[in-house]
Amino acid sequence: MEKKITGCCVVPGVAKGEVLTTSQPISFWGGVDPATGHINDPRHELFGQSVAGKVLVFPFGKGSSTGSLIILELARVDKAPAAIVNVRTEPILATGPIVCKHFYDKEIPIISLDEKSFQMLRTGQHATVNATERVVIIHS
Amino acid sequence: MSFMRLTNEEKSILDGKQGGAARIALAVLVDLGELFGAEELMKISQVHIDATLYMVDAGLEFAERIADLGGEVAVPTSLNPSAIDLLRWKAYRVPAEILTKHKRLEEAYLKMRATPTWTCAPYQNGIIPRFGEQIAWGESNAIAFANSIIGARTNRYADLMDVCAAIIGKVPKFGLHLTVNRKAKILIRLKDISAQMFENEAIYPLLGYLLGEMAGDQVASITGIPQNVKIDSLKGFCAAAASSGAIGLFHMVGITPEAQTLKMCLHGNKPEKVIDITPNLIKNAEDRLCTAKSDAVDLIVTGCPHYSPAEFNRLVQLIKGKKVHSSVIFWAFTNRSVYAWIKDNGILTDLAGAGVMVFTDGCPLQYPKETWHFSAAMTDSAKFANYCFSQRGLDAAYGSLADCVETAVRGKICRRESLWRKK
Repeated sequence: MEKKITGCCVVPGVAKGEVLTTSQPISFWGGVDPATGHINDPRHELFGQSVAGKVLVFPFGKGSSTGSLIILELARVDKAPAAIVNVRTEPILATGPIVCKHFYDKEIPIISLDEKSFQMLRTGQHATVNATERVVIIHS
Repeated sequence: MSFMRLTNEEKSILDGKQGGAARIALAVLVDLGELFGAEELMKISQVHIDATLYMVDAGLEFAERIADLGGEVAVPTSLNPSAIDLLRWKAYRVPAEILTKHKRLEEAYLKMRATPTWTCAPYQNGIIPRFGEQIAWGESNAIAFANSIIGARTNRYADLMDVCAAIIGKVPKFGLHLTVNRKAKILIRLKDISAQMFENEAIYPLLGYLLGEMAGDQVASITGIPQNVKIDSLKGFCAAAASSGAIGLFHMVGITPEAQTLKMCLHGNKPEKVIDITPNLIKNAEDRLCTAKSDAVDLIVTGCPHYSPAEFNRLVQLIKGKKVHSSVIFWAFTNRSVYAWIKDNGILTDLAGAGVMVFTDGCPLQYPKETWHFSAAMTDSAKFANYCFSQRGLDAAYGSLADCVETAVRGKICRRESLWRKK
């Protein structure tokens, strides 16, 4: 059974992947290893897990303005998330995928959902994020 | 998806008529504007670039490509620190293999004709904005200072967005550039904080740290800060606030130019939330900033953000005639202008005699781990103490500069009992 959730387009694009969710905010600078894509903040509940190729679901970003550089580097070494799902996306988090689109010609779509829809995504599901069409499709 | 009104000139830039650098830079700015519902782009008078610190190859590739495509800054642009002292890299023990990349990044920004300030306190030495000026700054502490202490207007620009703003000289019109978004929603009051407590300057970064935690990404106002607060204490306050929260702007009533009264910064409304800071909360913040497990220490860090001449005056007064313990390294970071001044007036000689190493251009948070093997640091910067453990895995203690000097001389952490710790 497929489930379709509607949201708001933050950064356009379409991508598919395995879902990885957390209720904690993520800081890419100091929180994600730019060489491997692993969450390397020991205080984070996703510590040790890889964001590479995932549909990464977290409520909002936090931390330094350098986070944009880390996302760009992850894209350069093919370790970036396939797509990002947020409740709220601030300019610093959006900058990485925006620069990535114009500089490396790679898409990391971001879509934002309301709290209730956000809760429907679970780790291990497979999903397609179509930010351009403002939908997330859960395949399983 | 295209809501922004673009001028004919902007459209021609997007078509590549003014070269590849301008095309990439404007495309990025327009996407940001679309995302945040900006109706148009607006001119800014200056930029401070944060993406100056070599960390990953993507940042270097971006800067080099923009420079190679002929990108030059359209408005006066200052630069945040490099990761290292670009001049004294040998004494700073920078491994040769990474030095090349720092130097390549330096070359790229100089090619874009940015001003090589290499400082995180550009509001003290650099291209300084006036009240109400529209600017685009990166570097969290500098953004908080520009908005809150000077009353200039900038959003929290991410790394590389700052570069794009410098190349075009414009940003999307949204966020803190607009008066309506500068209204304070939270009111923070000081409760039972005596005038004597402010005599210890270590209180200011702790108050900033608490404000950052309480405000998160909202605009807060704070009352009760003494009128005689020094500019360097405000610097420490801003740095701490922007390290514990996503602070772009706060209003310090009576000090922030657009918040001469509480009513002014609330835009005549009532605050949505009122929070009190008590001595106990200050003590609690100080405890959380101290991750050091014992009194062992082998590094003292000052100059985060970069030290001013006044801070060097104070340091030399405290340390002259004393000697840093043989088991401790004492660093003070600043910019090249201040370095030249303290060289001329002899402060540098006195500091060297006491065993203090003064570096320019760099960021102590980025120190080369592989060549220095520290176990615990003490600092007068709440920002450094906060990030030292979370970003570098190094235990830290926070204290006043006097405590840092005492610690350096004795070779073990010494902290005098502060008034807010007394029952």
